[in-house]
Amino acid sequence: MEDEQNFSDICGGRLALQRRCYSPSCLEFCLSCPRITLRSLTAVTCTVWLAAYGLFTLCENSMILSAAIFITLLGLLGYLHFVKIDHETLLIIDSLGIQMTSSYASGKESTTFIEMGEVNDVVINEAIYMQKVIYYLCILLKDPVEPHGISQVVPLFQSAKPRLDCLIEVYRSCQDILAHQKATSTSP
Amino acid sequence: MGLVSRGTAEAGLGAASAVDRPGPPDAVPDPIPTPPAEGADPGSSRGPGMVLKAYFPTCCASADSGLLVGRWVPEQSSAVVLAVVHFPFIPIQVKELLAQVQQASQVGVTVLGTWCHRRQEPEESLGHFLEGLGAIFSHKPWFQLCRERGSKSWSCKATRWQGPASPAASGEDQVMLIFYDQRKVLLSQLHPPAALPDRQAGDTTASAGGLAAVFDTVARSEALFQSDRFDEGPVRLSHWQSEGVEASILVELAKWAAGPVCLLLACLLSLVSAASACRVFKLWPLSFIWSKLSTCEQLRHRLEQLTLIFSTRKAKNPAQLMRKANMFVSVLLDVALGLMLLSWLHRKDLIGQLADALIPVADHVAEELQHLLQWLMGAPAGLKMNRALDQVLGRFFLYHIHLWISYIHLMSPFIERILWHVGLSACLGLTVALSILSDIIALLTFHIYCFYVYGARLYCLKIHGLSSLWRLFRGKKWNVLRQRVDSCSYDLDELFIGTLLFTVLVFLLPTTALYYLVFTLLRLLVVTVQGLIHLLVDLINSLPLYSLGLRLCRPYRLAAGVKFRVLEHETGRPLRLLMQINPLPYSRVMHTYRLPTCGCHPQHSWGSLCRKLFFGELIYPWRQRGDKQD
Repeated sequence: MEDEQNFSDICGGRLALQRRCYSPSCLEFCLSCPRITLRSLTAVTCTVWLAAYGLFTLCENSMILSAAIFITLLGLLGYLHFVKIDHETLLIIDSLGIQMTSSYASGKESTTFIEMGEVNDVVINEAIYMQKVIYYLCILLKDPVEPHGISQVVPLFQSAKPRLDCLIEVYRSCQDILAHQKATSTSP
Repeated sequence: MGLVSRGTAEAGLGAASAVDRPGPPDAVPDPIPTPPAEGADPGSSRGPGMVLKAYFPTCCASADSGLLVGRWVPEQSSAVVLAVVHFPFIPIQVKELLAQVQQASQVGVTVLGTWCHRRQEPEESLGHFLEGLGAIFSHKPWFQLCRERGSKSWSCKATRWQGPASPAASGEDQVMLIFYDQRKVLLSQLHPPAALPDRQAGDTTASAGGLAAVFDTVARSEALFQSDRFDEGPVRLSHWQSEGVEASILVELAKWAAGPVCLLLACLLSLVSAASACRVFKLWPLSFIWSKLSTCEQLRHRLEQLTLIFSTRKAKNPAQLMRKANMFVSVLLDVALGLMLLSWLHRKDLIGQLADALIPVADHVAEELQHLLQWLMGAPAGLKMNRALDQVLGRFFLYHIHLWISYIHLMSPFIERILWHVGLSACLGLTVALSILSDIIALLTFHIYCFYVYGARLYCLKIHGLSSLWRLFRGKKWNVLRQRVDSCSYDLDELFIGTLLFTVLVFLLPTTALYYLVFTLLRLLVVTVQGLIHLLVDLINSLPLYSLGLRLCRPYRLAAGVKFRVLEHETGRPLRLLMQINPLPYSRVMHTYRLPTCGCHPQHSWGSLCRKLFFGELIYPWRQRGDKQD
């Protein structure tokens, strides 16, 4: 029903892949990204405040210090609400569609649902990222005009960036459901 | 490859190098090895049985037992349950009701199956009775939905009757229960995904499938929901019901009055537009002035808006209705802001103070300009200018300022009255008042504009002369017929004169360039202020306030799509999902419902602007309607 495996992302961070199987036709993958560490938080805060103190000693204007406090607080809030993704969920429901959810650290969720009729295939793709080649999972969408054409590529697990072994795990399960979907949609 | 790079750009991943496209899992190439056929593989162990989807409204979950009424969508093998018919009923009457609804809504509403809500002890007789109903209302997959006493255990069977006589030879399919909120789905308006912006027009046929069909079914079968809970009709239904309309007398009065009021206002507006289209206004000097004043543009835009709002024609589709509402709210807000401005101006007699302050300010500006010119006539920033040209230019501009000051002083007795009348125009909206302010700024800084034009013309002349003489210097000339530079052999006299003129121009260039630079900077300052005012006007004109408010207060009204949540699941029971509305993000609301403005787009890019400034071509901030197309 539910099992958890540990993988690593492209930078070597730990990722936890939870696989929940609600029924043979409904599968959910939840990829938890590494949490925000106290060390990096402290480092950033200290850097900002030290810079503010440096400026303060130069200008002797206490506005700089309060501005630094506000910048730190607002930056942290913005980072938690808009940037830091806590976990990404992929829900595949046979004959209905694929749903991707990204939960931000502040609790905000952004969801995209793609109907099964629009999905052409799920593939693993290669890309050059910074100075290395990485793999990523993506959904190919059907072109509404040409039945075999592809109109768009929707990448999955964009923020977690897991390695190939994790992607293969997800890929196989997706393909199982997609194959079943194709078999049923062509049989009647 | 282009396709891949589009996808990767979205991911922020850089350029892709290759695509691995493994097809079905039995033909997977390297680096993905073939998955071994495990026992855990759920897809292969099961035959290709259909998965039926039953959309069930949450409001019917607590209804008494009865019949499920809804629409069967065979393409997606899904059943949309719309209502539950309670016992007791007479089958003929149910069929009559469904025929009526079908006629009214053009939706194939049928009896889909039975609904059994076990509150007390399981009744064996009811189960048999429900099975027997399938013979009366024949439907291809016959759903038997059942809810046990505890709220969490549901069961659903879909039976395909092979024939009415042999119920034993029936096949059963998997069923997936999807709960939806009937009210939200009914009221929401589905926006097709913006994935294909180039194919917006032909999207209507493509979006008819899938979930759009479910939304469409619920929206069109509104006739079914009209019967009230307390109606004692022949058939008792259970479905979503509105909680009654609040302040209904006011709403009714408004509805009743809206028609005549709209007609009256439309007549008035058509009169106004006919008057403005009169031929007197189209004569040459007047039409030129109209096209240059931003107030006229704004008034024309406001007239168009009001005509659209009060037009007696009904809005055809929701997009038009939304546009009308957006425009109405935007005009309302604009007028409210304008009235606030007016009351603020009149409460403290600010208009009089403003009029008193305007003349000294204009004088002060002129004085500062005189100082600037005197500084330019000396040795500005230690530069040594050509003294004769410097003096001529400086005196010319000084005389101009003198003219301007006397003009302003001639006007001064009337300024307060003019301002008072201008202040009244704020009744038409803040945007009109702002446009008038922009025009007043343009009129009061007319001398700066004149200086700029003189400076720019002189500078332009010099630059052009220099460039053609530079070509002569190199033994070339501009061929007008072929539009290119050809080589040419000049006489000695021609070369001598050309070189002489070139030298003169080169030495006079710094003086002209300095004047041009200073007045261009002044002009740019004025243009920036006007541009900021125009930006504000455009913002007020184009903000879709009604849609934004709808998104804020009723997020389900503007749906970008749906999202599913898996409800608690027991093995052996059907999968239960909760369908929720995924609201449209604010950025897409802004993008979709932005109102058209009067076409004040920046005409130049920054590069072309700098180029024009360098070559001394005139730049105009004026809005030109003809430029909207490109």
